[in-house]
Parts: sequence; C-alpha cells; structure tokens
Amino acid sequence: MLGFAARVNPLLVVIAAALASGIAGGLEPGAVIAAFGKAFNENRYVSLTWLVLPAIGALERAGLQQRARELIVKIRGASVASILCIYLLVRQITVALGLPFGGQASMVRPLIAPMAEAAAEARVDGLTDAQRDAIRAHAAAADNVGAFFGEDIFVAIGSILLIKGFLAQNGITADPLQLSLWAIPTAVAAFAIHAGRIVFFARRLGRRR
Amino acid sequence: MIGIGPVYVLAGLMFGAMALMSARDRSNPRRWRNAGFWGLYAVSFLFGDFLGDLGNGILVLVMVAVAAAGLGIGRPQTTTPDERRLSARKFGNAIFAPALAIPLVTIFAALVLRQIFIAGRPLIDPAQTTLIGLGLACVTALVMGRVLLKQRIIAAVDEGRRLMDLLGWAAVLPQMLSALGAVFTIAGVGTAIGQVASQAIPGGSRAAAVIAYALGMALFTAVMGNAFAAFPVLTIGIGLPLIVMKFHGDPVAMSAIGMLSGFCGTLTTPMAANFNLVPAALLGLKNRYGVIAVQIPTAILLLMVNMVLMYAVVFR
Repeated sequence: MLGFAARVNPLLVVIAAALASGIAGGLEPGAVIAAFGKAFNENRYVSLTWLVLPAIGALERAGLQQRARELIVKIRGASVASILCIYLLVRQITVALGLPFGGQASMVRPLIAPMAEAAAEARVDGLTDAQRDAIRAHAAAADNVGAFFGEDIFVAIGSILLIKGFLAQNGITADPLQLSLWAIPTAVAAFAIHAGRIVFFARRLGRRR
Repeated sequence: MIGIGPVYVLAGLMFGAMALMSARDRSNPRRWRNAGFWGLYAVSFLFGDFLGDLGNGILVLVMVAVAAAGLGIGRPQTTTPDERRLSARKFGNAIFAPALAIPLVTIFAALVLRQIFIAGRPLIDPAQTTLIGLGLACVTALVMGRVLLKQRIIAAVDEGRRLMDLLGWAAVLPQMLSALGAVFTIAGVGTAIGQVASQAIPGGSRAAAVIAYALGMALFTAVMGNAFAAFPVLTIGIGLPLIVMKFHGDPVAMSAIGMLSGFCGTLTTPMAANFNLVPAALLGLKNRYGVIAVQIPTAILLLMVNMVLMYAVVFR
C-alpha cells in the first residue's frame, strides 16, 4: 500500500514487499524468490482475461465502438443513467445466477463505455475530456459493483465455499444456501446506492452546459 | 478430460506472437524491451510448469526488471475513426455478433459442456469451466470476426497488442499481487496483523464488536487487496471470539455480511489492481485512480449499511 503512494513501478514494489515480509517471516531470500515464482506460476489463470484482447481489438478495428455509438443515439430513451443502471442490474443478476457475463475487457471497453459516452454526447454539447473520463470511470465502476454485490447470491461461488469451509474448520456447520440468502439485502442496498449515485452523476453532467 | 493446459498454451502463443510483432515494430523506440517482456510472459505460459519454482521466480525478476526500465507503446497498423465509421455502416449489427459470442460461449461452457461425460469422465475439468469456456469463446469470436467481418487473425493479434501495450506492466500486476498474497500467507503476515488488531479493539458492546469486525474486514481487505485473505484473520480475531462467543450472534449471517464488508474495501484499493487499476488503463483514463475515486462513496455508504444490517440480524 505504501508503495503505491511513492512513485515507483508497482511491480518493483510487489517484489520488495514479498522479500521484506518473507525475510521478516524467517525465510532465505532465495526461498522467497522460489515461493513467489511458484505462486506466480500457479496464478497464471488470473491473466487469462487478456485472451479476449485480439478479438476485441479486431472488432474495434471493424468499427464496433462506432456502431455501438450510432445505435445508442437512435434509441430515444437511452441516457448515461439508463445505460449504466441497466448494465449494473444485468451484471448483478447474471452473476447471481452464476453466469460469466460482463467484464472490463469484454464488455466495458468495447460496448458499455462508448455507449454511455455517446448517450452523453447526444444530450450535452461540448463534453470535456474530464467529463469523458468520468463517464468511462463510472462504466468501469458499474461493472465492479455489480459483480461484487451479486456474486455471493450464487451458491457455488468461491467466497461462499471459503466461508463454509472456514466455519467447518471451527466447528460450525453453515448451509451455503443460508449464506447466499444473507447476501441479498446487501445486494439490494448496493443497487439502490450505486444506481442513485449514477443518476446524480448524470444529472450534474447535463447541467454543465 | 480437457483441463486448463490448452488455454495456457493459447495464451502463450498469443503473447509469443505479440513479442515477435513488438520486435518488428520500428515505430516503438523501446521495441526490444516490449519484445522481451511479452516474450518472457509467453515462456511462463508455455513452459512455466517445467521451469521449477526458482526458475519461475527468476523469470518474474527479469520481467520486473524489464518493466521497471520502462516499456514503450507499439503502434500496430490500425484503422482511422473515419474508416471505422464506414466499416460500421457496412457491417451493421453483424458487428455485435462476435462480441456477444464471448459471454454466450462462456456461459454455454459453464451450463452445457460441463454436463457432458465421455466414458464416465467429464469432457472438461469441472473446476475450470469458466476459464476453458473463456478460451473457447475467444477463439470463436476470432473465427466469427474472420468469417463475418473479414478481419484476419494476424491483424487481430496485432490489434490485441495495441490494447496490451496500453496496459503495459499493469497487465501482470493482478497476477503478481495474487502471488504476493501467497507469500504473505507463508510468512504469517495475516496472523500477525490479526493478533495486533484483536488486542487493540475494545470488546465492550455488541455495536462496537460489529463495527470493529465490519470495518476491520474493509480495511484489512484494502491492505491485502483481497477479501479472501482478510476473512479468516478477522473472523478468528474478532468475529468468532466477540460476536459469536461473547454476544451469542449468528455466525452464518455474520460471515456472509462480513465478507461483503470486505468487498467494500476491495472497491477502494489499488491492491485490487485487476478491478481498479486495469480498467483505468484499458479505458485510457488520465487519472490512474479514476475508477477508485468513483467507487469510494459507494463503498463507504454500503459499509455503513452492512454494519446496521449485521447489528440488526446477527443478534436476533
């Protein structure tokens, strides 16, 4: 965390943090490097998301973002608020059903962010660069909030199984269904709060003509 | 049974191709560094299982050294905005088909392919359906782009390089942080912090215990970048001894809402790079922390909701 505050390359910070904590924990530097290498290799799956980039890049080359913009401008009711709120809701519901839909590389960059930007352009004259960045950041945030506060409703998600396993180790039997039911109130609150903030943000965009 | 192996090979081939294309890209003054960085990453995906732990560690160190020296941004030949507008008119809504195929094929793998058994064994590894489905979906989308939109596969990989270079070292950061989490676990960082935390909080009232647990989950998640790492530490340190043992709260509701309090922390931290920093790079935001800035108010409000909710339901 401290490393992010300093302006050093974050990859160097991660290596330094690993060495520092490993040595403080009584490991040899060579053993820390080996442990890190092992974990890096085992966690390669984290980076598999990048497999979508060639397909997304080719579609962008063929005009995907432009087509998404044109389509949105034609739809009368489409606004920044409606696009982002609908995406937030759809993301929450699909992830609650255990369906891998959405994501920053496969949905937000090629479709959701350009659509929201186009909807704003259609209503606000002379969108500033800062406003464009804010719209894009909101598109990314809708994806994250939707995913985080929908996934625990799905019974077979990793975090539910982690809780079940952990409680079992401590002599407590937990029904995964009970755990996932207790995720629903927070999911509803997350939608209410975040959708409210999107609507508020979109209103302020419109006012600064 | 098809496991994760072929998907890693696919990723290795993709990064290898990007490395070669980087090396040939004279518009990038740092092309050899880019070629080296993506080339080493290709080696990791293709041969990581044969390098040994120390070998993988040294590979990571070299990658980090190249990244710290500074990567450049390649400029693959791409289309101009005007050409794209024309092309978008020409293809119409067919252009959405490959884009929608990505989630649909992934979902298809998760729902249908995992049910298929051949001679009593599953066709695809049930633990890896989403990732195998993702690999399949990406290939499907590329082939659809080739057939429907006349986009050559080589050109597609070069366009992928354009996006990859936009991410640069940030593309590897999430995986690095996961590995850091593993080292933290070996070194016992979590338990050490948990012991300090549990001694520091006053155990006076139910409300104080709930606030300490939920806030602790959020803060500890922000430091570690991962609610999964925070959950066992905080639940052993505060949740079970105070909320469950002392005040007889319900451990199931407490754990569920506690985990979600941790997710509030995830929204606020650069340590959760894949959610918070990567999209900022992917969307070309000027402020690296632009996505976090949007998420912080939601995180704070939702954490307060979680505290009230936990207090209301845990002690029924």
